[in-house]
Amino acid sequence: MDIQRLIIMANQIGDFYESYPDQSHAQVDIAEHLNKFWALPMRKQIAQYVGEQGGAGLHQQVQVAIKNHLHL
Amino acid sequence: MDEIKYNPNVDYGTPGSQSTKQVTLIVDDRQITVPEGVSVMHAAAVAGVMVPKLCATDSLEPFGSCRLCLVEIEGRRGYPASCTTPVAEGLVVHTQTPKLADIRRGTMELYISDHPLDCLTCATNGDCELQDMAGAVGLREVRYGYDGENHLKAAKDETNPYFTFDPSKCIVCSRCVRACEETQGTFALTISGRGFESKVSAGNKDFMDSECVSCGACVQACPTATLIEKTIIEAGTPEHSVTTTCAYCGVGCSFDAEMKGEEVVRMTPSKQGGANHGHSCVKGRFAWGYATHKDRITTPMIRKSISDPWQQVGWDEAISYAASELTRIQKQHGSDAIGGITSSRCTNEEVYVTQKLIRAVFGVNNVDTCARVCHSPTGYGLKQTLGESAGTQTFDSVMYSDVIFIIGSNPTDGHPVFASQMKRRLRDGAKLIIADPREIDLVANTPHVRADYHLKLRPGTNVALVSAISHVIVTEGLVQEDFVKERCEWDSFIAWRDFVAKPENSPEALAAELGIEPETLRAAARLYATGGNAAIYYGLGVTEHSQGSTTVMGIANLAMATANIGREGVGVNPLRGQNNVQGSCDMGSMPHEFPGYRHVADDATRALFESAWGRPLSKEPGLRIPNMLDMALEGGFKALYCVGEDIVQSDPNTQHVTHALENMECVIVQDLFLNETAMFAHVFFPGASFLEKSGTFTNAERRISPVRRVMKPKNGYEDWEVTAKLSEALGYPMQYTHASEIMDEIAALTPTFKGVSFKKLDELGSIQWPCNDEHPEGTPIMHIDEFVRGKGKFFVTQYVPTTEKVNAKFPLILTTGRILSQYNVGAQTRRTKNTAWHQEDLLEIHPHDAEDRGIKEGDWVGISSRAGETVLRAKVTERVQVGVVYTTFHHPESGANVITTDNSDWATNCPEYKVTAVQITRVSQLSDWQKHYKTFSEAQIAFANKKVDAVKVG
Repeated sequence: MDIQRLIIMANQIGDFYESYPDQSHAQVDIAEHLNKFWALPMRKQIAQYVGEQGGAGLHQQVQVAIKNHLHL
Repeated sequence: MDEIKYNPNVDYGTPGSQSTKQVTLIVDDRQITVPEGVSVMHAAAVAGVMVPKLCATDSLEPFGSCRLCLVEIEGRRGYPASCTTPVAEGLVVHTQTPKLADIRRGTMELYISDHPLDCLTCATNGDCELQDMAGAVGLREVRYGYDGENHLKAAKDETNPYFTFDPSKCIVCSRCVRACEETQGTFALTISGRGFESKVSAGNKDFMDSECVSCGACVQACPTATLIEKTIIEAGTPEHSVTTTCAYCGVGCSFDAEMKGEEVVRMTPSKQGGANHGHSCVKGRFAWGYATHKDRITTPMIRKSISDPWQQVGWDEAISYAASELTRIQKQHGSDAIGGITSSRCTNEEVYVTQKLIRAVFGVNNVDTCARVCHSPTGYGLKQTLGESAGTQTFDSVMYSDVIFIIGSNPTDGHPVFASQMKRRLRDGAKLIIADPREIDLVANTPHVRADYHLKLRPGTNVALVSAISHVIVTEGLVQEDFVKERCEWDSFIAWRDFVAKPENSPEALAAELGIEPETLRAAARLYATGGNAAIYYGLGVTEHSQGSTTVMGIANLAMATANIGREGVGVNPLRGQNNVQGSCDMGSMPHEFPGYRHVADDATRALFESAWGRPLSKEPGLRIPNMLDMALEGGFKALYCVGEDIVQSDPNTQHVTHALENMECVIVQDLFLNETAMFAHVFFPGASFLEKSGTFTNAERRISPVRRVMKPKNGYEDWEVTAKLSEALGYPMQYTHASEIMDEIAALTPTFKGVSFKKLDELGSIQWPCNDEHPEGTPIMHIDEFVRGKGKFFVTQYVPTTEKVNAKFPLILTTGRILSQYNVGAQTRRTKNTAWHQEDLLEIHPHDAEDRGIKEGDWVGISSRAGETVLRAKVTERVQVGVVYTTFHHPESGANVITTDNSDWATNCPEYKVTAVQITRVSQLSDWQKHYKTFSEAQIAFANKKVDAVKVG
């Protein structure tokens, strides 16, 4: 898929959790959302983008969530 | 005394009573005990004594005008009308005496002296209450003769496409007028004139030019042939009927399909219908002709390329070709390269077998449903907060509401039969809050209904609205803390409370963003929180936003915080657009969930289905519809099985959808018609209409209702059979012999459906799930003692403005909706006489915006967005606010989705149909897209080698 599309989608999820008081928990919830609702090829692609290209343009908390909690 | 049971086939003359106090009386020597408040006529009917009547019917309040139902009551003077006389303890009533017989005969003589004596050639011969009463009272002569002044030459009004009004046969009983008022709530009819000049009038206009919404309530109520369906005039009276469920909106009305052999001659709303109680709208009542429309394709077709003509083939060849293509593509491109889409127009059983085929046979979870583009945020948001992806109430619950809060829904157009019930409650005094950018009819254009507050917010600001209302409730001490402490997760409440209490969430801080006066919003919030039983009803104006799921969660927060959940009259009520939105989601057609909303990664659930289906199942969520399309554009998704859905017309950014389909190697469409998606297909499986198959639909109140086959499928097979054939061709036979066996499998594998069966549906009429050992007859109200998830969970709902912003190039916001006479993409209703009310989609624009652009009523206007451009005619109206334009999407040539964008809900990818930045300009010709569409669709129709009307553009 177009990585820009995935970035937009992932950032929207990050935006939702941005206002949560416990941001470490928010990271887990962001990853859980991706694990539950994103197909594996999409998760792999966004993880690869973070891992290999630094995740430019991605919400900071989303990057952390992907690095630490995403199931691949 | 034997227990007296209500018999839905009896007309008790006047309505029943909810009173628990019982009254005993004697009617014609029969002792009868009935609830206090019913009429003597009703009590007599309960005792099996049918008092003659003409102006009375039990769907309407008593009127007492026909003077036929007079009775004698011991100890009382005169001859009171039994319809307007309430029962009382110890009454002794006589319904048949010589004096009463004289009075009734005399009354009937008067009626008949001014009535055509054409019974033998009358369309209602044998089905006429006047005729019945003439017999019942023993009428043998008319002493007045027939030569006096009369109405026998009064002209017929045949303007309505579905029924005629013949005033020569009218007895002025006012049943039609009262049905229009009490049942429908439109007040289009009246009795004009006095004395002999009295006549039924549609406001001194013909029916088509009047306020009449063609719901059929007047026709249903008419005791003579004055108001009668044209199909009955043409075909005669039916000889048998079958009760089934309407295939239109999410109200799920029960209808009696009245038949002559295999021909439907009339659809009448079923009195015992749990959702509609004998009422109907113009679609379900009259717009069923599409099922036999000449555009129906009943022979399978295949082709190699969409630039090829279609080849008509037999079922075996079509199935074999589709199976071989799916197999080839999976071998060539991998198992993930194929998937399927079901529709909310499918039955539960069809959805179930389709998702089973995709999961068990395709070996992937790439199955989605059109709920993706409407109510997927409801499923997500309510599951998160309350624990179940469904509305919490029955429709009847509204009768106990003190405050009705409608957000982003237009019930009188989208859910008209429920709207009539809601209007009854509003006329009886419930308060009304409406949050909508547009002035829907319930704001101030419905007789005897006026919104107490119309929160005319700017499109895209729903979350800000919910936050501001929550702010008022929290900061003004209106939270029901006892309820929250007992029923909800306290920590989540505290986080939510602290969030909404922030100054930036106040009505004052958000006033500019919302476009709502803070004091108005505060007053509305106070009313919701303190006005008694408060119920929220919402629709696609909530879900179809980039923050659709957030708003749904915010609505659930409001209901929990104010304890407006878990009993009659309150709750969170998503009004589902199509007939089986709820059911299609229940049946596991989401890529991450098995039937019953259980995640595919849940090992126990997956093991259950693997055991039952005998195939390994993937634990990975599959692709959603937009993901499938995105993948197709990149070459990774190559085949689609699309059952009953038309993604080309209904999904956003049409060009994006069609390019994706063009990139696929095998698109299989199963439908009644060569719909817009079928024009990009390689295999066409003809579908069966709802009249030609068995199954169930589940409506917006979780009510599972039977769909019964009333005629043989014109294509040869019910739709689930087609799916089963495809499955068999792929090496996985499905061993069902009837749809009921599919439901049995669903019940065996789905806890919330455990007690559901066709047999029980026959017994009960309908069942609201959960239906299980604890609730063997279903669950009308959910979350009564505890939430399905245990404790209710509050979510912080930060407002994040949409990225779809207005600017100098696109200064207006386009929002979309629907209209009463048309249904969704219009594939059905455009093929009925409903086009008499809506021939084309129009663009509503405020007079100021129109004047700025030199636009006048009826002008062609170009609508351009970041996604595309189309052209519609302008309707200049103050119903829309300055800066906002509005249109419907019922006609493919309108290209409404050519201009909507790829923006979608953060949680579910539900498209943001409701917010598109556009510019409007006067134009003189169609858009390039429309010109291309005209050429392309005409060629595709020709390829199908069918004699269908050319699609008109312009």
